[in-house]
Amino acid sequence: MMIRVVLPVHLRTLAKSDREVQVDVDGQVTQRSVLDALEARYPVLRGTMRDHVTQRRRAFVRFFACEEDLSNEQPDASLPEAVATGKEPFMVVGAMAGG
Amino acid sequence: MSGIRVLVGTRKGAFILTSDGKREQWDVDGPHFGGWEIYHVKGSPVDPNRLYASQSSGWFGQIMQRSDDAGKTWEAVGNKFAYEGEVGEHLFYDGTPRPWEFKRVWHLEPSPTDLNTVYAGVEDAALFRSTDGGQTWNEMAGLRTHPTGPFWAPGAGGMCLHTILIDPRNRDRMYIAISAAGVFGTDDGGKTWRPMNRGLVSEGIPHPEAEVGHCVHRIAMHPSRPDVLFMQKHWDVMRSDNGGDSWHEVSGNLPTDFGFPIDVHAHEPETIYVVPIKSDSEHFPPDGKLRVFRSRTGGNEWEALTKGLPQRNCYVNVLRDAFTVDQLDPCGLYFGTSGGQVYASANAGDSWEPIVRDLPPVVSVEVQTLP
Repeated sequence: MMIRVVLPVHLRTLAKSDREVQVDVDGQVTQRSVLDALEARYPVLRGTMRDHVTQRRRAFVRFFACEEDLSNEQPDASLPEAVATGKEPFMVVGAMAGG
Repeated sequence: MSGIRVLVGTRKGAFILTSDGKREQWDVDGPHFGGWEIYHVKGSPVDPNRLYASQSSGWFGQIMQRSDDAGKTWEAVGNKFAYEGEVGEHLFYDGTPRPWEFKRVWHLEPSPTDLNTVYAGVEDAALFRSTDGGQTWNEMAGLRTHPTGPFWAPGAGGMCLHTILIDPRNRDRMYIAISAAGVFGTDDGGKTWRPMNRGLVSEGIPHPEAEVGHCVHRIAMHPSRPDVLFMQKHWDVMRSDNGGDSWHEVSGNLPTDFGFPIDVHAHEPETIYVVPIKSDSEHFPPDGKLRVFRSRTGGNEWEALTKGLPQRNCYVNVLRDAFTVDQLDPCGLYFGTSGGQVYASANAGDSWEPIVRDLPPVVSVEVQTLP
């Protein structure tokens, strides 16, 4: 399934990508499977959204879709149907913090 | 004619300042990696076109960048810094144990002999090495797993390994410094390490003359005399004449002996420089006067260098990695401030000119002397 992912500006710069990219996910569409596919397509993003070792989400990276904050959902929980069908994007967002 | 390339890391990007050997006219290129914190940029002594940069942010973590064309283009390389084996714990600010957690790369030290070997000093304090140009990083775990490791604690800026010195006579001999653990040395290429803090006295820690726990801000060495080391400690300017086995104070007539950087003249191994800061609670120059102090006697006797530097209403700081010297004659000096100025002296400190005044806060300054 082709999943739409919207990246924040600094990750777009690193990935040399547009604001929205598409990644192909086999099987269940979850945070983990989408991020795995995203990192496989753009290896430079490894470690920028979740820790290399623990795979935990970085504290100031948030995930949104369908106007919902999915940041604290389980990594293997299914994402909304609208994300899985490509109707809505999965959004990676840098939290509003800092200076 | 020779050339100069100054590599500036700031809170919001990297800048590359270039000049010919006269060091009068400067081109300013940047920002590179705009919006990211650039703790350090340093060139390889083997090929000056090879640059390494530490790029990080509180949002997206650590990125490592490499250039093979002197910063015209960059390639993101490996950013996985995984501690070896059992991670273990160190002391936190409140004295409780806290697991080691990688936060960022503070300092990069490219090998003097191998283009693709580079060392990285990181927070939480550890030493990593890459032998493939930064693509992969492996911890030199003998340091962090030293028996004193559980007693290391962070300084105010974090528990960072910020200084890496390699003995030019013997590449297996290295010194590193950690805030706030102190100096450690190795004679076997980093397999084993020993604390080298004898003679340091730090009020405010439980045992002022402890083997570890000292907030060493910077150490420096002249390549012609690698057994002589100079140190800017939190408070106190120190000197060792026996390769770090013991230290003695050389603060002498400095107006304050708190500060961050210390460096050595390129051609005069007894000429050293510091930038005194008022105190640990007021990180700005005393009396609002930005003064570099020079000792031509290896310490104790210091003179203020003020020409061209602001002597009123100046309240900037100069961080530990933000002072450096070139290899020309007369020796050039460069430093950056928390106010975004980068000052240069083409005459060993007798007078100064700002290269650029309004960068983001400067974290690090390195210089390359080009053929």
